[in-house]
Amino acid sequence: MAIAERPPSTDAAASRLSLWRLVWPARVPGRFRRTARVPWIPIAIIVVIVVMAIFAPLLAPYSPIDQTLRDKLLPPAWMAGGSDKYFLGTDAFGRDILSRLIYGARVSLMVALLALTAGGGVGLAVGIVAGYVGGAVDSILMRLVDAAFTFPAILFALLLAVTMGQGFGTLVIAISLLLWASFARVIRGEVLSLRQRDFVALARVRGCSASRIMLTHILPNVLNTFMVLVTLNIGVVIIAEATLSFLGAGIPPPTPTWGLMISEGRGRIAEAWWVALIPGIAITLMVLSVNLFGDWMRDRLDPRLRQL
Amino acid sequence: MKRYIARRLMQGVILLFMVATIVFFLGRLTGNPVDLMLPEDATAEDRTALIQTLGLDGSVLDQYAIFVGKAMHGDLGMSIRMKQPASEAFFDRLPNTLVLIPWAILLGMMLGIPLGVVAAVNRGGMLDRAAGTVAVLGVAMPSFWLGVLLIFVFSVELGWLPSGRMGGPSHYVLPVITLGTFLVAGFMRITRSAMLEVMESEFVKLARIKGLSEAVVIWKHCLRNALIPVLTLWGVFVGNLITGAIVTETVFAWPGIGRLTYEAVIYRDFPLLQAVIILKSILILSINLGVDILYAYVDPRIRLT
Amino acid sequence: MKPDMRGETVLEVRDLHTHFFLRRGVVKAVDGVSFSLRRGEVLGLVGESGCGKSLTALSLMRLLPKGGAQTIKGEVLLNGENILERTPAEMREIRGRRISMVLQDPQTSLNPVFSIGDQLREAIVRRKRASHVDVMKEAVEALRRVEIAAPEQRIGQYPHQLSGGMKQRVVGAIAISGEPGVLIADEPTTALDVTIQLQYLKLLKRLQAETGMAILFITHDFGVVGRMCDRVAVMYAGRIVECGPVRQIFEAPQHPSTRALIASVPKMTGPVGRLTTIEGQPPSLMNLPVGCRFASRCPLVEQRCLDAYPAEVRVGDAHTADCWKVTPA
Repeated sequence: MAIAERPPSTDAAASRLSLWRLVWPARVPGRFRRTARVPWIPIAIIVVIVVMAIFAPLLAPYSPIDQTLRDKLLPPAWMAGGSDKYFLGTDAFGRDILSRLIYGARVSLMVALLALTAGGGVGLAVGIVAGYVGGAVDSILMRLVDAAFTFPAILFALLLAVTMGQGFGTLVIAISLLLWASFARVIRGEVLSLRQRDFVALARVRGCSASRIMLTHILPNVLNTFMVLVTLNIGVVIIAEATLSFLGAGIPPPTPTWGLMISEGRGRIAEAWWVALIPGIAITLMVLSVNLFGDWMRDRLDPRLRQL
Repeated sequence: MKRYIARRLMQGVILLFMVATIVFFLGRLTGNPVDLMLPEDATAEDRTALIQTLGLDGSVLDQYAIFVGKAMHGDLGMSIRMKQPASEAFFDRLPNTLVLIPWAILLGMMLGIPLGVVAAVNRGGMLDRAAGTVAVLGVAMPSFWLGVLLIFVFSVELGWLPSGRMGGPSHYVLPVITLGTFLVAGFMRITRSAMLEVMESEFVKLARIKGLSEAVVIWKHCLRNALIPVLTLWGVFVGNLITGAIVTETVFAWPGIGRLTYEAVIYRDFPLLQAVIILKSILILSINLGVDILYAYVDPRIRLT
Repeated sequence: MKPDMRGETVLEVRDLHTHFFLRRGVVKAVDGVSFSLRRGEVLGLVGESGCGKSLTALSLMRLLPKGGAQTIKGEVLLNGENILERTPAEMREIRGRRISMVLQDPQTSLNPVFSIGDQLREAIVRRKRASHVDVMKEAVEALRRVEIAAPEQRIGQYPHQLSGGMKQRVVGAIAISGEPGVLIADEPTTALDVTIQLQYLKLLKRLQAETGMAILFITHDFGVVGRMCDRVAVMYAGRIVECGPVRQIFEAPQHPSTRALIASVPKMTGPVGRLTTIEGQPPSLMNLPVGCRFASRCPLVEQRCLDAYPAEVRVGDAHTADCWKVTPA
């Protein structure tokens, strides 16, 4: 018989374990999705960056702002002409790139934290109200969401920077504007299906007010989704922050941010590539890690969001 | 179909109006907008003259009416730095961006869609994982950094390609890659997931029952259906292209509307920025409308109702 | 039906095994199925849902679902030729032209973005190269054959413009446009309204009379079987447990699972009684018992039923049953 007793191939493939799998958890064909592996490498990178951000004053070898013009544009320590004093080299003002990178992580994460709280929170509220109240409120709010999706929020962020002036607050508001709509859309979808469930009907029968139902019955049930959205959007925020800084609409110099470092270094790319390229590697690694971690979180907590 | 287009057009006009309103009130948010609209060395006469033309001595609503009235006639104010009408500056630069964007879209689709199909067909295989890497990296790399990296590798180190400004075909390569990488990743991701869903459908089974070749089943029957969700995301992509153009044109000193936006920001040229935002909104809305019509063409369920 | 159309065996399935290889284990969805089909005959393949009927059909088409399903053993002889040994390219030539299939759900069987004319044409063009006009003519003819009114207008329409019954007719037209010798109909009427069901069954009967094709009619509904089939094969947990002429199966079902299935068909005549259902659950296809698979639900179960799978017993002319408790004819 031509096709007799062929060995099943899926099991063999799945049991092969490689380093690669840890970085990019592949989805193996099969009716039953296997539980994705814990992405240890991304988690480790995230932990390193978070620790860097929290303990920046302790970890950074130099001040991120003080200029040492004598030591300007030194290459990283491993290159010819590099100095052991500056592991990742120095920029055009003789500032230590490693120290600026460490302090830059602080800015990125602070912005991410605040913008996700503000933008995500607004989106959460809008989503719950639109989904639960429904009717005209729902259609007006969703029109707004649609509108927010059509226009690149970056444009409004730039406008804010010009009218309100550059600064931490402006940046956080600008990035929140970028986030709320996508949160609102997903949360609303979730609430629409929750609303049909028995426990909500029961609460209504018991005479609970709408606001009470939203707070005590709906909110706790969308928190999982909310957390997944937050994780998936950290990368978006970091990129947005870097982009705005790069365009001169972020936190003004001399505060070190990753985007600003790239912007300052790009003019000297021919003589000192490390000034512009090293912060970009940091951004890419960070965003890659939170995205992979977010994918894993989503698969664990809320696989229905896979389409996002 | 005509009614559909008319309805979409109406929605577009309303959205545009909203944008203009937001821009207007943001300008008034921080006190007298005259300070935003005049160069720092402006005289007191300049100031009173501008206050009068903009009706700033009237109530906010009067000012708003004047603003809207002027905007309807295409008058979006004078650029501070360029000393010319802001809309004129915009339309001078627009062609330079319009010659860049189609190539980026082409790159995104020509690479992203087939890669997405191949990844879906070889789900879990080597090709799928390679495509996954491209997708994940394409999203994680800030495009302005990618641009700088490309300049470093191809202009500085290898000396193959020019690092900026407009010129012959070789000047297009790096900006198009910078602008298109995000699209490649985006198109690929969506095509892949749409294909995976479509490939499970019954009509695909029927196509195979008919005895059609695998190539026809995948590239005709599956892809045509998978393109529908791909097209819906066009709106998002257009927004990304506009943002991407700002960054890309800044990195490559490309004299288009993206670079103009950047200049408006760093020189704090509020009237110019205001005009750029409103005109870009019109651009985005028209593209979205075009996409919706295309969408209706691909999906007969919309076209014929 | 013309008597000379019956006769030679067009499809013979021997000891077919199709299993799902999953990480959790092996699901033996089709586990030793054998039957044969003669020209002009309608064989009903009946059983509860999940007993492996549809997977048997897909194994014959060699269109197994992705995700670990494999035919690991057996032969599918189409006009004496084992199509399990054919290459994928050869198999494509066979599909649609020698063996074809109608799927269960007309709502999703047609591609929503192509007109029905396009979808029919694809099937016709495969059979013969002809000018566009000729192919369109033939497509219109094919629609007329499945009793679609005003086929010239319908041909340019899209699936969403057609009713469910009409869609299923179009699917039928596509399936038989290659003039296959064997048509598999996998619950073709389950998704249709009752009145439309009858029309569709009549249509299938008529088409079969015209072309002499053999039909493997898969259903879980014994009522439909009586109307459509010449012979019946009853499937239970991956195996055919009883097979015979439709009259004999109805009048004297031998296997207890067949009896239970027939008893669960609501009767149109007589007083409205309780609907009988089969008690218990079929065994897990991942963990099948050594003995008779119906033993856990069988009223007549004995020790030997649990110890070993019963051999096939010939209980009449062309009537067999896999049961320890039946007496050979």
